[in-house]
Formats: sequence, C-alpha cells, structure tokens
Amino acid sequence: MNTAPMPGTATATVEADGAVEARATLGLDQPLRLDCGLDFGPFSIAYRTYGRLNAEKSNAILICHALTGDHHVASNNPLTGKPGWWHVMVGPGKVIDTDRYYVVCSNVIGGCMGSTGPKEADPRTGKPYGLTFPVITINDMVRAQALLLDHLGVGDLFCVIGGSMGGMQVLSWAALFPRRVFAAIPIACAARHSAQNIAFHEVGRQAIMADPEWRAGAYLDLGTNPRAGLAVARMAAHITYLSEAALHRKFGRALQDRERVTYGFEADFAVESYLRHQGSAFVERFDANSYLYITRAMDYFDLAAEHGGSLARAFQGTKTRFCLVSFTSDWLFPTSESREVVQALNAVAANVSFVEIETDKGHDAFLLDEPEMFKTLGGFLEGCAEHRGIGRK
Amino acid sequence: MSAPSDIRGDLRLIAEMVDPDTRVLDIGCGDGQLLEYLGRSRRVDGRGIEIGQAGVNACVARGLSVIQGDADNDLSAYPDEAFDYVILSLTLQATRNPRLVLNEMLRIGRRAIVSFPNFGHWRIRRWLLFRGTMPMTDALADPWYATPNIHLCTIRDFDNLCLELGIRIERRVAVSGPATEGGYRPVSLFPNLFGEQAVYLLSRRR
Repeated sequence: MNTAPMPGTATATVEADGAVEARATLGLDQPLRLDCGLDFGPFSIAYRTYGRLNAEKSNAILICHALTGDHHVASNNPLTGKPGWWHVMVGPGKVIDTDRYYVVCSNVIGGCMGSTGPKEADPRTGKPYGLTFPVITINDMVRAQALLLDHLGVGDLFCVIGGSMGGMQVLSWAALFPRRVFAAIPIACAARHSAQNIAFHEVGRQAIMADPEWRAGAYLDLGTNPRAGLAVARMAAHITYLSEAALHRKFGRALQDRERVTYGFEADFAVESYLRHQGSAFVERFDANSYLYITRAMDYFDLAAEHGGSLARAFQGTKTRFCLVSFTSDWLFPTSESREVVQALNAVAANVSFVEIETDKGHDAFLLDEPEMFKTLGGFLEGCAEHRGIGRK
Repeated sequence: MSAPSDIRGDLRLIAEMVDPDTRVLDIGCGDGQLLEYLGRSRRVDGRGIEIGQAGVNACVARGLSVIQGDADNDLSAYPDEAFDYVILSLTLQATRNPRLVLNEMLRIGRRAIVSFPNFGHWRIRRWLLFRGTMPMTDALADPWYATPNIHLCTIRDFDNLCLELGIRIERRVAVSGPATEGGYRPVSLFPNLFGEQAVYLLSRRR
C-alpha cells in the first residue's frame, strides 16, 4: 500500500490490487446548486475505485449505495472490518468484474463515511454542521456524483447500478443525465417513496429526535450521542428489510439463551436479541443526523412529480438500456413499484428488461447471494458490453 | 447458445417475414429463441414480453430485453408505431380478447406477424366427425377442460376477422408437417383443409 497524490484530492490511497480509496474536494470553482435552492460547496466526496478505465473510457460502472451504505463496496470496511457491502457482486471475475470494468462507488453527500455531511465541520464556524446542513435530495446526490466523475475524467458511464436508495439514484441518473448512461440497473426500488415508506422513516426520525441526547441535532458539539434513538430507528427499519417468512425461518418463536420466558422485558426471544444487536452495532458506524438527512432525501424522491406528474416524461427519448430487478418477498419496494417504472419506460418505447427474483429474503435480498440475480444481471451486462463494444479482458 | 440453423421451423417462417435492421416486439417470446435468432441473423433491435417469470429471467440472462407480461394486459402501455413488427406466435388463440390484441398489435407496430394452429385442418374435422369429442393433436395437446386455447379458429375465420377489422393480409403461409428443421411443407391447395398452422403478415388498411 502506498499513498500517492492525485490532482484535486485531499488524500488517495492506492492498494496492492489497484483499488483506490480517496477523497475529492469538489465545487471549488462553482458551488453545487441544491434542489432546496442553496449553494453547496466546496464539498468533499469519499470514494473508491476498482479496476482501470480503458483507453476508450467506455467501461466505467458507477455503483450507488443504499441508505446506510458507503463507498466500501468490495473491500473491507475500515470501520467494521467486515467485507464490502456488495462483495458478492463486485470483484475480479464477479458479475461486476473489476478486471474488466472501472468501478466507482462514492459515499453520498449528507453521508457520514467521509463525504461532506452533517457531522463534518462547517468551514464557516469550525463546528459540525448538525442541523445547519442543507436538506439534500436524491438528485443532489447524483449531481454531486456527476461532478466526481468529471473530476475522474469519466464522461459517459457504461452502467449505473444500485439497490434501494441506490436504485433511486440510478433512476435519477437516467432522468438527469440520459446521454451519460448507457445502461441502468435499478434494483428493489421505486420512482417515488410510498406513504408507507415515508411513515416508517418518520418513526425512525422521531426515535432519534426523542432521544434527549440528540440535543436538537447539536450532540457532536455538546459531547453527547443519541445512541438509543438511532438504535431504535435502525431496529424498526431493519424489520422492513426482511420478510415475515425470513424472520420466521431464522428465529420463529425461539428463546434467547433460556428455557422459558422470564415474565419481564429482557430480550426473551431470539428475534429481539437479534434486533437489539442490529441497533447497537449500527450506532457504532452511523451518524444520527446523517440518518435524518438521508431518509429525508428518500422521502422527497418523486420522479414523476418532477416531470409534471408523468413518469414516462422523465425518460422521454432515452437511449439507455434498462434492467429492473425486484424480489417477490420485498414489501418495502414491492414488485408493483418496479412494474410502474417498466410501464413508464414502455410508454416511451425504451429498451427495458425486468426480472422478478423469487426469494423469501425480503428487501435485503439485493445484498445477498442470489444466484438468479447474478445470472440475469451477468447476462444483461454481457449483452450491453457487446453493444458497447467492450471486449473481454 | 443455439446456432441460427437450429431454430424451430415455425419461428423460421416468422423470421423470414422480418426485414433486417428493424425494431421487433415478440409477445410470448418464451426462452428468446426467435429474438436471439433475429438479433444475430437480421440485426434486429428486439424486445420481448413473456408471461412466465422463468422464461423472462432466462431471456435476460441471454442478453435479451424482455419483461414479464402478456398480450391481453401489457400492450396498451406502448406508444403508437413503436415497432416495425409485433410478433404473436401460436398465442392468439389463448388470449382473452383476440380482436383487441390484433388491433393493439397494429397500433404499436407498423406490421404484425401472427401464427396460430388451424382448427379447420382435415384431421381435426375428422376427429370431431367420427369421435364427437374435442380434437386433440400434437399442436393442441390438452383436453378441453385444461387447454389454455380458449379462442381457436380456422384460417377462414381469421381471414374474415381481418376483413372485418380493416386489416390487410400482406402474406399468408399455411404449412403442415413436423416443426423440425426442414419438416414444414407449405400448403397452397385448400390451405384451410390441409394447413396445420398458418402464419400471417398483417398491416393496417389506410
């Protein structure tokens, strides 16, 4: 491992396998105009790249992460020590083959893994932004990614891919920058956040804000941390990522390290213990204010509303090749939501494929070992690579 | 991946009606055999609709652009003349509303290619005449209570429907024999009696 200077970046680490971890400062010449009307910048984006951009610059794939994801997509997460969140999908010889493609994944703005977000210091005050951070949208995240790609010398993307909130970013990419996107793979997502999903997010936010340690968002400055609130938010959200069938299969009514119920409020059930663990592990790696901001960005996402109520209009004239993926047991972003996007794409005679994967693993299935998903996406990417003229390595 | 010459005989008949470098929608595309053949042999920009999810996933894994859906429900989303050809192979007789499907095909496509089993074939007539039960053949293999074919027709029936709907028949090929490579024989004499299957190239009268 050696550290090499890269133009315009504060730090860049090149690893033995050629993977790069870096942080770019963007919006120096001109700030980013956010959807809320504020100008944002200069700001930083933490990102990772894998593989090499070919001479034709035709093999770049942008991976968009989900709500609590980060840019450590295929390599070990330095904070948790765990493998990258999509290591099953991304790597040498995998579906997103880093021997063949130049893969970029960046932490969203508003995030807490190195990109500018509410926990970073506001240069004007030297104190963490907290709630003075501007409210950002999915489109803002995407526009910031576009600036990063400009910085990296990537004009057109071979493919943009992501699941859940990452899928929303994929749709936003296809709508905002159609000519820069050859292929788009939105997985387990929707073109707008449903009332039910906004409701779940609101429960999470209220849990955080009800924690006295939250201190109206100024906890970092005041030396507290709304751990309990953030943990509850994560516990509630985590249920929505699974399915009833998966919970039953994994836990049923099994008791946790005991023979019988205790007639109290300890974690008698294995499922309770599991959720508590999910909550407490999450607060070690995530910032509560970031959670507020990013859930808000998802709530505000409504691609049709941005185009006069017509989702089809968002994709008018698109040449992008789409492949949508949904999962049968995903009740957070059910198949019907993906189907609506497919219908809108059909209405503009776009090139679209749509696969529904049979699984009981719920929304989280997109992160897991799903051979059917790998097979179909592998075939889709191969077909696109053929059309794009990207040879094998 | 099958070589272009391996394609099923009925699909080859259809493929021969498709001009190169065109946009094609194949409704009920199955495992994508025809779409793949058209893509390779005629450089066609092909899309598919398939009712079974397993078929859809297999097609996408082959690099084809396919979605889950069916002729009765999923054509209305497409804009007018989105395709040069809309293909419905051996499926019309299983649709809920064949008239609407035909009209929709010729709205979203400049041309339509339709094939169906001919219920006027002499073997079917003989079966009904002598046995008095619903005919079962290689092409119509299910008993009446289990068949998906709820709107069977003869070649003459279909000709009449085209006339009624203002649809021009640009080509009509009746065939008999097994659907294997070289197995089909074109039938020119009394097609409604000797044709086991018919393939039509259709357009809208203007």
